[in-house]
Amino acid sequence: MATFSSTIRVPQAGQDGGGTPPPVRGGGGDGDRGDGYPDYGQRLRRVRVGLAIGLTSVTMIFVSLTSAYIVRRGLPTFDDHTRTYIQDWIPVQLPLTLLLINTALLAFSSLTAELARRQITRQAALAPVRSIPGVSLGHESGFPWLSVTVVLGLGFLSGQWVAWRELADRGFYLATSASSSFVYLLTAVHGVHLIGGVLVLLYAAVVSLLHKPIEGRRIVVDVTAWYWHFMFVLWLWIFALMWFVR
Amino acid sequence: MGLALLVIIWLITFFSTYFFVAQTWWLPHGAATAAAFIDKQFALTYVLMGIVFVAAQGALGWLVWKYRAGGNNGPVEYSHGNTKLELIWTTLTAILFIGLNLMGSHVWASERFEPAGPGSVPVEVTGMQFAWYFRYPGADGKFGHTEPKLMDPSAGNEAALGLDTTDPASKDDVVTGTMYLPVNREVDLTLRAVDVIHSFFVPSFRFKQDAVPGLAIHMHFTPTETGEYEIACAELCGLGHYKMHGMVHVVSQEDFDKWLAAREAEKQ
Amino acid sequence: MVAQDAHAHAGPQGFIRKYVFSLDHKVIGLQYYFLALVAVFVGMFLSLLMRIHMIWPTAMLPLVGEIKPETYLQLLTMHGTIMVFFVLTTAPQSGFGNYFLPIQIGAPDMAFPVLNMLSFWTTFVAFVVMLAAFFVTGGAPLHGWTGYAPLSALTNSGPGEQLGADLWITSIAIFCIASLMGALNFITTILDLRAKGMTMMRMPLTCWAWFITAILGLLAFGVLLSAGILLLLDRNLGTSFYVPLVVVNGQVMGHKGGSPLLWQHLFWFFGHPEVYIAILPGMGVASQLLSTFARKPIFGYKAMVYALMSIGVLGFVVWGHHMFMSGMSPYSAFAFSIMTMAIGVPSAIKTFNWLGTLYKAKIRFQTPMLYAIGFVSLFVSGGLSGPFLAQPVLDIPLHDTAFVVGHFHLIMGVAAIFGMFAGTYYWFPKMFGRMMNESLGRIHFVITLIGTYSIFMPMHYLGMAGQPRRYSQFTELAYLQHLMPLNRFITYAAIVTIAAQFIFVINLFWSMFKGPKASDNPWEATTLEWTTATPPPHDNFGGHTPVVYHGPYEYSVPGAAKDYVMQTDPAGVTAH
Repeated sequence: MATFSSTIRVPQAGQDGGGTPPPVRGGGGDGDRGDGYPDYGQRLRRVRVGLAIGLTSVTMIFVSLTSAYIVRRGLPTFDDHTRTYIQDWIPVQLPLTLLLINTALLAFSSLTAELARRQITRQAALAPVRSIPGVSLGHESGFPWLSVTVVLGLGFLSGQWVAWRELADRGFYLATSASSSFVYLLTAVHGVHLIGGVLVLLYAAVVSLLHKPIEGRRIVVDVTAWYWHFMFVLWLWIFALMWFVR
Repeated sequence: MGLALLVIIWLITFFSTYFFVAQTWWLPHGAATAAAFIDKQFALTYVLMGIVFVAAQGALGWLVWKYRAGGNNGPVEYSHGNTKLELIWTTLTAILFIGLNLMGSHVWASERFEPAGPGSVPVEVTGMQFAWYFRYPGADGKFGHTEPKLMDPSAGNEAALGLDTTDPASKDDVVTGTMYLPVNREVDLTLRAVDVIHSFFVPSFRFKQDAVPGLAIHMHFTPTETGEYEIACAELCGLGHYKMHGMVHVVSQEDFDKWLAAREAEKQ
Repeated sequence: MVAQDAHAHAGPQGFIRKYVFSLDHKVIGLQYYFLALVAVFVGMFLSLLMRIHMIWPTAMLPLVGEIKPETYLQLLTMHGTIMVFFVLTTAPQSGFGNYFLPIQIGAPDMAFPVLNMLSFWTTFVAFVVMLAAFFVTGGAPLHGWTGYAPLSALTNSGPGEQLGADLWITSIAIFCIASLMGALNFITTILDLRAKGMTMMRMPLTCWAWFITAILGLLAFGVLLSAGILLLLDRNLGTSFYVPLVVVNGQVMGHKGGSPLLWQHLFWFFGHPEVYIAILPGMGVASQLLSTFARKPIFGYKAMVYALMSIGVLGFVVWGHHMFMSGMSPYSAFAFSIMTMAIGVPSAIKTFNWLGTLYKAKIRFQTPMLYAIGFVSLFVSGGLSGPFLAQPVLDIPLHDTAFVVGHFHLIMGVAAIFGMFAGTYYWFPKMFGRMMNESLGRIHFVITLIGTYSIFMPMHYLGMAGQPRRYSQFTELAYLQHLMPLNRFITYAAIVTIAAQFIFVINLFWSMFKGPKASDNPWEATTLEWTTATPPPHDNFGGHTPVVYHGPYEYSVPGAAKDYVMQTDPAGVTAH
């Protein structure tokens, strides 16, 4: 019978050095705490990571639109008649007041979204306590921050529509000039993303009526609130671009 | 199977390399000043890449045969790599690749960073679906205005470009469907396109440049040998892309002057 | 989108939940793979018609009849688009990656199984929309897979440029969204679902490749989406993002001031990372298989990881090398060319390391290994024509010629495909519980290797001689006539090679039902997929989560009982 030395040179702590181990979790990587109760903390973190990654791709869409905007603004085109390059960028007369009102609406909605997020976080934290028989924490007042956010979001979107009508009245349509094309495009792409956010908020609001577990609902509201804040900051960027880089 | 792989890989390498070295199908004869520079840089690149190609494929073929499981080799060398070796071959590769690029860059710079010299022949080349037009500015040396609304290819060459006859500078402009150039004189080319992107490619001159709508791109080159050279369109421009060709006639200075005078006379 | 519960229970029942709208990454991976298989045969058929037309322009072909010049360009456009998106961006990443990434890192599924299912069906819809372009009035677009404006932005620039082009753009936009969903899933999974002991530096190189590919996709596809939206607006709503004042067939179009170069910048900012998306998974598979079948650790694991990262990063700053002739600033061209030469360096490192893995090894020549070796050879060949094109001054004679076509086909059209073949033969036993036929595999390999070299190596000679690309026929230029024999040779080689692919398909489907039964670890490999049952159960590991003790390439460890040590083996020595 051959004898082997009891020690072999298989690196134990990772190949050529360790590196950080994966996030520690209680038992297995399947979101299970072992007692049949899904690990909501882990799920929340996972969905937040997913959101951050997803928002990177949204950022790239707006990075490419921004660079197209800036380059196009500075780009001359060859004019047959004068046989020289001419600049043809016409600054758009933006309806500034309307846009400022819309910005305020979106700012408030970001605030209410954050309040909704914190509200449901508290509720989710207290849920296990509430379920202990005999414990009474009183009635949670539950101001409908989520619904207010939806209303404000819809208000912003209607305000953007009104701003578009005002632009048209001033003679700036989608194809009028390169600058007007970009204004409509940037606001439309942002608006589409915001509609997506509104739909998810509506889903979160509806689902609360269906008595699904609050921890699950909390994840939805949490992630959507972060998405909402991102949409607000993105709007500030777009507004600043259209106004200061006219 | 190791031996089979070696044979197949080495044969593929041999045949690929053979046709490069034998130059069975090769760059056409160069007839412009740029050709000498470009061909030299091309030769340098292909010799160096050729050596790497033969060495790498040769090594691959040899290794899979030599270290086949059935071969009489020692135990497998349990190794996770060799950092020193990695650093060495990384550095050498970087020097090779980047060095090669820098060597060719002065040619690019001389061709493209500077405009045409004084005394060059101005020609405007316009591409449209699916033909090339060439415009010479005439005695005043100025190209006249063109007007998109006036473009009408069925009414002759000048009309194809939409030459604005109310502009005095247009009166002596000559527009042809064939390009004539005097030998050994630099050409100051302006590239235009009317509808979509085309590309003016004359293989013998080692010349290629996209013609882009909305731009008037200046390029220069110097033909060095008289003869007739084909122009091919080198950017997909629609169903007639394959037949959007033209011809460059490089002639002596007197023949060029005679030809141009004849064209101007025809306009009267 | 909340992460799905995945305890150790039997999966969903019912045909629709199990095979159609499955949330199981293994089923989804196979769905992507078979979508790509259909797409590759469509793409090959299109290229066959193209090659035949190039040498017999007036021939009447069975099934399609006469191929007019515009038809040729439509075939060309759809060939490129279908192959790049629905084959090269689908099978290596979404196909094999979906199936094996979770298993190789010890996870029960992807991070977001519902999103995963949606991303497949979105891809499927994109494919249907793309194919629909063939059947509408005017047919498919003729502007090439690169879709340069204004050709692609004007509805009267040629046949197929009306509804066909709109469908093409729409399909691509849908594909962008599907890819972004997939990228999100892959990245979250790798960051958050690795099993205990599976550090990043213990992941198989396949996982690293899928990870970096996903990051590339995440950052690049959004830009393509923007580009496509702008193109749709120019085509249909009269904007002038890409179109300056142009006159088409004597008609002054209503656009002004737009920049055709804007499309090129946006497209190639996406397009260059895209070609790395196409090849990186193949590199991961090659590394995996070379190590496994050489019974030797991969040479320089860390260098391989850094090389993958460098390729990823540098891949974003070289896009201008597609635009040297475009009218772009020559100074920018110079900068892009330096970066392009730089990206050759990590590629070279990987090649050296693959060769180093074979040195003093004990090589087994089963079919997966043949394809891995073929991959290295093809990557060298295709890669070395890069330094020609990377130099702007050499790009002058070579741009838009057959040289470029040879270059990218050797890498994307052959090496990447060899990566897929390698992955198929390698993972087939785990997916279907049976072995593919070795003899058929060998025959397929030899014919395909020699055949593809015969098709694409000669294209370099054609390009040097000045043969332009995207020409439906070569009858109009005198200087091209002497190249016709070589063009004919390529077509004959293509016919033989395409025919040989049926050997693969027959082997694939026959073996699925009749192949000899496979053990759980027929290749004696070390990574996690080989520790589990064949095929893997619904949650991949049958209720328990694996714990990982070392890296993925512990072959021929001195003193170990066998010549391989599984990643889950704590001591590496079996008690006796």
